[in-house]
Amino acid sequence: MGVGRVEQTADRPLPTPPPPDALVAARGLRKTYGTLEAVRGIDVTVRRGEAFGFLGPNGAGKSSTMRMIAAVSPASGGSLRVLGMDPAEDGPAIRSRLGVCPQDDTLDSELTVRENLLVYGRFFGLSRAEVARRADELLAFVQLGDRADARVEQLSGGLKRRLTVARSLINEPELLMLDEPTTGLDPQARHLLWDRLFRLKQQGTTLLLTTHYMDEAEQLCDRLVIIDEGIVVAEGSPAQLIGAHSSREVCELRFDVDDHDGAVGRLQRLGERVEALPDRVLVYAADGEAVAQAVHDDLGLSPRSTLVRRSTLEDVFLRLTGRSLAQ
Amino acid sequence: MGGSVPAARLRRPATTGLVWRQLDHWRIRWRRTWRGSAITNFVLPILYLLAMGVGLGAYVDEGGGRAALGGVDYLEFIAPGLLATSVMQNAVGASTWPVMGAIKWDKTYFAMIASPLRTRDVLVGNLGFVAARLALTAAVFWLVLALFGVVVLPWAVLAVPAGVLVGMAHATPLFALSARLERETGFMLVYRVGVVPMFLFSGAFFPVSQLPDPVQWLAQSLPLYHGVELVRGLTLGRPDLLADIGHVAYLVLWCGVGFVLADRALARRLGG
Repeated sequence: MGVGRVEQTADRPLPTPPPPDALVAARGLRKTYGTLEAVRGIDVTVRRGEAFGFLGPNGAGKSSTMRMIAAVSPASGGSLRVLGMDPAEDGPAIRSRLGVCPQDDTLDSELTVRENLLVYGRFFGLSRAEVARRADELLAFVQLGDRADARVEQLSGGLKRRLTVARSLINEPELLMLDEPTTGLDPQARHLLWDRLFRLKQQGTTLLLTTHYMDEAEQLCDRLVIIDEGIVVAEGSPAQLIGAHSSREVCELRFDVDDHDGAVGRLQRLGERVEALPDRVLVYAADGEAVAQAVHDDLGLSPRSTLVRRSTLEDVFLRLTGRSLAQ
Repeated sequence: MGGSVPAARLRRPATTGLVWRQLDHWRIRWRRTWRGSAITNFVLPILYLLAMGVGLGAYVDEGGGRAALGGVDYLEFIAPGLLATSVMQNAVGASTWPVMGAIKWDKTYFAMIASPLRTRDVLVGNLGFVAARLALTAAVFWLVLALFGVVVLPWAVLAVPAGVLVGMAHATPLFALSARLERETGFMLVYRVGVVPMFLFSGAFFPVSQLPDPVQWLAQSLPLYHGVELVRGLTLGRPDLLADIGHVAYLVLWCGVGFVLADRALARRLGG
């Protein structure tokens, strides 16, 4: 497996060859729009069979990276191999083996639910009979069988997203790419979609997804990269990232507005680290309950609310970037 | 699991193959949407034909208009003009809002290029669909003209492909414009300062020689004038071959330049 279109720069070491089972191998990948640098040199390897995530806030460069990997947007620099091929050369061949679930549902609102699958499958060169067979299977899989003849414009956001997922599976893709799959969905619709994605993963489909929800990343991803301002700031499994960049537990304290600033200074000595957010203070420690106790007993502070929880990827992101993911 | 088509065959797929894969897409869309455009495409031009060709025509013919129109009845004069202009209007309709919709609202082009289709395959497929629609419009309109008894065979048969050419000369540059426009308000401008004046002053309703020279030159620089002249000569069974070769060449030029511009505009819009 070679490396296409390498743009060697002085400060970048020779790219390490991707492992043989890599479906996606990006080295120093960049994307610029005019003067805007959306992606500023990303190294990513996605292996067959894993669920890989890009976690980062809106505007971090996740969607731009996804569009380059999906072979619809040319890279501005660096090298990229997808399914062992160069997207600049072999776009149609790569895309014939990918499933793409974009952030905006790009469904045809003039057509019915089932027709959307029928016409889309034909783009991949499948016969009408084969497309019809797969369409019925997929509608059952995303639990839309009873809405097969409904017009797309009559569907709710959650149903449209499920149809988009079904459509992205019509060519039985080796790599399923999902850009913000559950953004804008209600909790019930999110959980249903997560369940379907989890089943796909168990069937051996490689998943590559972007999200700005840390719970989604923790639920679905075996490995992920945290992306901020167009670069990778950390990489690993959710547990590794939390272990490396945060304490085991967090004690979240909310104070009255007048007490907030004074409390922050006094809390410093209780944990490994203290983060003061506008509305609450996070104290990072191995034992969160002990911190909560000490806030009361040792410091004599009385927060309006106290919550002890495990560290999450949100805390990792806050630690690495100084900002909150949800913003 | 795996791709159902061997990768080797897809490395440099031919555009024709990938265009044919869109057949069901355009066929099913057409089945869903044709009723809406039928009224504008057929009923309205036929009303024009009756009101102007038959109604107004009686006065024109009585008043000695035949000589000024080159020795034909007013109905015979405007009937081919209406064929050309209604195909043009159909082409404008098919290459403006639906194109913007597929980029901006439904974003169906983005779904299409996420499959093995490339931007140019989508463009060619879409234009092929437009051409098929125009062929149907022209053919049905031609039959109506035959019922009115204003077609002279055998040359008149060529009025149908000529009509498609006229339509495509408008469809390709407007496709390019639609692929660039950010907002649909631009289309209102296209209609008000482009389509409607061109429709009125293209020579469909009266010879452009009636117009002051500068306006005449302007009218003759636009493709519709050449379309009207071409279709009229063929329909009435008396083509001016040398002039018609010029008309065809000019319309093909508009199609070609329009296609190149549309290809670039769509690639920039979808593949950034």
